[in-house]
Amino acid sequence: MIPELGHFALILALCLALVQASFPLIGSLNGTRSWMTMARPLAYGQLVFIGIAFLCLVEAFLTSDFSVRYVAENSNSLLPDIYKVSAVWGAHEGSLLLWALFMAAWGAAVAAFSKGLPLAVVARVIAVQGMIAIGFLLFMLLTSNPFERLFPVPPEGRDLNPLLQDPGLAIHPPMLYMGYVGFSVAFAFAIAALIGGKLDSAWARWSRPWTTVAWIFLTIGIALGSWWAYYELGWGGWWFWDPVENASLMPWLVGTALIHSLAVTEKRAAFKSWTVLLAISAFSLSLLGTFLVRSGVLTSVHAFATDPTRGAFILVFLCVVIGGSLALYAWRAPAVSEGGHFHLLSRETALLANNLLFAAFTILVLFGTLAPLIYEALNLGKISVGFPYFNKMFLALAPFLALVMGIGAATRWKRDEPLRLLKLLWLAMAVSIAVLVIGLTTDIIGGGAWVAIGLALATWLLASHLVVLRDRLKHKGLGGLSADLRGHGRSFYGMWVAHIGVVLFIVGVTMVQSFQQEVDIRMSPGDVHEIAGYRFEFLGAEPKDGPNYRAQRGHFRVYDGDKQIAELYPEKRSYLGGGMPMTEAAIDAGLLRDIYVSLGEPVGGGDWALRLYYKPYVRWIWLAAILMAIGGGLAVSDPRYRTANRRQTAPVPSGQAATAGARA
Amino acid sequence: MKARQKRLVFVGLAIVGVGVAASLALSALQSNIAYFFSPSEVMANEHPTDAVFRVGGLVVDGSLRRETDGLAVRFDVTDNAATVPVVYHKALPDLFGEGQGVVAKGRMGSDGVFVADEVLAKHDESYVPPEVADSLKTAHVQGVIDATQRDSLPGVLTNPTVAEERVE
Repeated sequence: MIPELGHFALILALCLALVQASFPLIGSLNGTRSWMTMARPLAYGQLVFIGIAFLCLVEAFLTSDFSVRYVAENSNSLLPDIYKVSAVWGAHEGSLLLWALFMAAWGAAVAAFSKGLPLAVVARVIAVQGMIAIGFLLFMLLTSNPFERLFPVPPEGRDLNPLLQDPGLAIHPPMLYMGYVGFSVAFAFAIAALIGGKLDSAWARWSRPWTTVAWIFLTIGIALGSWWAYYELGWGGWWFWDPVENASLMPWLVGTALIHSLAVTEKRAAFKSWTVLLAISAFSLSLLGTFLVRSGVLTSVHAFATDPTRGAFILVFLCVVIGGSLALYAWRAPAVSEGGHFHLLSRETALLANNLLFAAFTILVLFGTLAPLIYEALNLGKISVGFPYFNKMFLALAPFLALVMGIGAATRWKRDEPLRLLKLLWLAMAVSIAVLVIGLTTDIIGGGAWVAIGLALATWLLASHLVVLRDRLKHKGLGGLSADLRGHGRSFYGMWVAHIGVVLFIVGVTMVQSFQQEVDIRMSPGDVHEIAGYRFEFLGAEPKDGPNYRAQRGHFRVYDGDKQIAELYPEKRSYLGGGMPMTEAAIDAGLLRDIYVSLGEPVGGGDWALRLYYKPYVRWIWLAAILMAIGGGLAVSDPRYRTANRRQTAPVPSGQAATAGARA
Repeated sequence: MKARQKRLVFVGLAIVGVGVAASLALSALQSNIAYFFSPSEVMANEHPTDAVFRVGGLVVDGSLRRETDGLAVRFDVTDNAATVPVVYHKALPDLFGEGQGVVAKGRMGSDGVFVADEVLAKHDESYVPPEVADSLKTAHVQGVIDATQRDSLPGVLTNPTVAEERVE
């Protein structure tokens, strides 16, 4: 009965979405106030019904109702409760429902936190979100209904994919989806602005916090995915340039460009049509990501068994969304005036460079990801693109990005004096060039040229940002810092913290890629192997059983010189539900290095195939993501977004809003 | 005129930039792609002799052999029409198993054994890499045609879906 209730709630949500997509929009075009005011209640209703559907599915999982096909395929009565809940989004149907739930939640949030916005804008934004919801609800109801019944009812479920039975993966998809779906808000704001024909600073300020919040979720989601792949897949890598990883990276890259471009549009009313294009691209790439993951067109370690009708549906949906929004863009954007002239040496130029570099990198990643499809379509053969391609592209662009970042943070809007900049940044330049020269000519740091370049760039970024911070606080002192943090300066510190995150990222990537050591080896109990100055002693493996799996547990002692620094217990598990084997790596984590051991397989006579890794500075990569997320949080919490909203409670012409923005 | 000249310079720079980026990307791509070959194609010597490529199919039941010392492991990959021997020197991925779909990336050794430096792991038991599914289908259809031509007995065609069922 309860699954049917959920199914019914989904159908009702679809009906609501149809109303939501049409009435408020038409109302906003012909000025019917009563139709526009329907937008908010409809958005809340959408959340209520999809929420009911979601809870019904959770209930089916918690009570192990194996008469529901999706539950039978992805759960098991032995599964711990926490994983029963996370199993809800463990496969295709449920993750779509989660996507729809988040979509509705973002819609309701827009409805709730848009008191200061003109009613017509709210109506249009919510209507556009309704259109996207129609697509996803239709997709779910027509091709992937999570509430489909199964007869005869199996006595036991097939169990959740063991790779997903992990706290990291329990929260990775929700974070990622919050990010993906969050870009739908930026998208809806952009489309609403195009429909209304009014792209101004006010529009940029309204969509800015939403975009940043979505970006924070995506950042955390990607970092969690990377962290999970690192310890759970047992290969010790943090990024594989896998199509599915790329699918989440591309919206992030465009989203990052969008955040910076929105800053220019808000402050200087420039880059307007470019910003709109980025907003459209960010969400389109999120949809493309879903398509790539769900259609199975690409060979990927992440690929799941798929159903071709689903791929076809998403492809059509993708074409409608991208084609429709680009057509609207082509029709409306030329009418948008490009305001805000700026000189060559200005923050605008630096942010333009940022945008171009991010856009270029996105295109290169997209190209590499889709190349197998292109080759196949042109009958050139079946190919896969190796990760060296992506690494090369990254290395070709990232240094410029880091250079521009240091300059951009120090430059003034509109026009800056070369002499002032030089005075401000000479020390940062000198220090980083010194690091570069020392790295290239001496053996103090070691490693190759890339180590020197990476560390020099990190130094440059850190030093230039310290200088900028000092310059800001020169006249205010530390009291100024706390006043800034309480008042309108938070977005500056948000930028600053996020950029320091980039410093950590550069250091982490440089060190781990240049100095890591990996070895695949066969060891007998009692064997000792040394890598990177650490001695690994293998003491053998013995059986150990968990709640829903059997395992072989290896035992290692790791010595640094004569001192024992860690005991590690990597496991090889075999899950009872599907009989699927799984590697649990054992990691001795540290700020400066990880020591990592994973069991391959038994190779006879008590011997094991093993992987031993030494990973210096690998944690810095995820710390970087945390700092970036904190920076984003600081920027969003800047009171100016709220005061600006309050100021506009009475309808204010956009020109005035723009000057208010420039003042803030 | 000045604005127009400026615009021309920008457009020119953009074209040059895009051109350089595109050519760099294409050359990087060319040197990093690995073509896929089915065991039948490899046995027909259609594969490159000096480049990395991928071969995929099902691991032949009972073909998995391990050397008594060291990590080297040998197995045969088949598309049900031809079989390629493979050797791999690292720990195998979790979901590797006899009778399962597999894609190996590496080079063909001079002794006719494919030396893999990467064996594709997957997240899902029921997943078969699309290339493998395709090559199994092709090999199966070819097998049916051959069989029909060989003995032109209608009986051979009684169960044409066997291979497909393994694939789907």
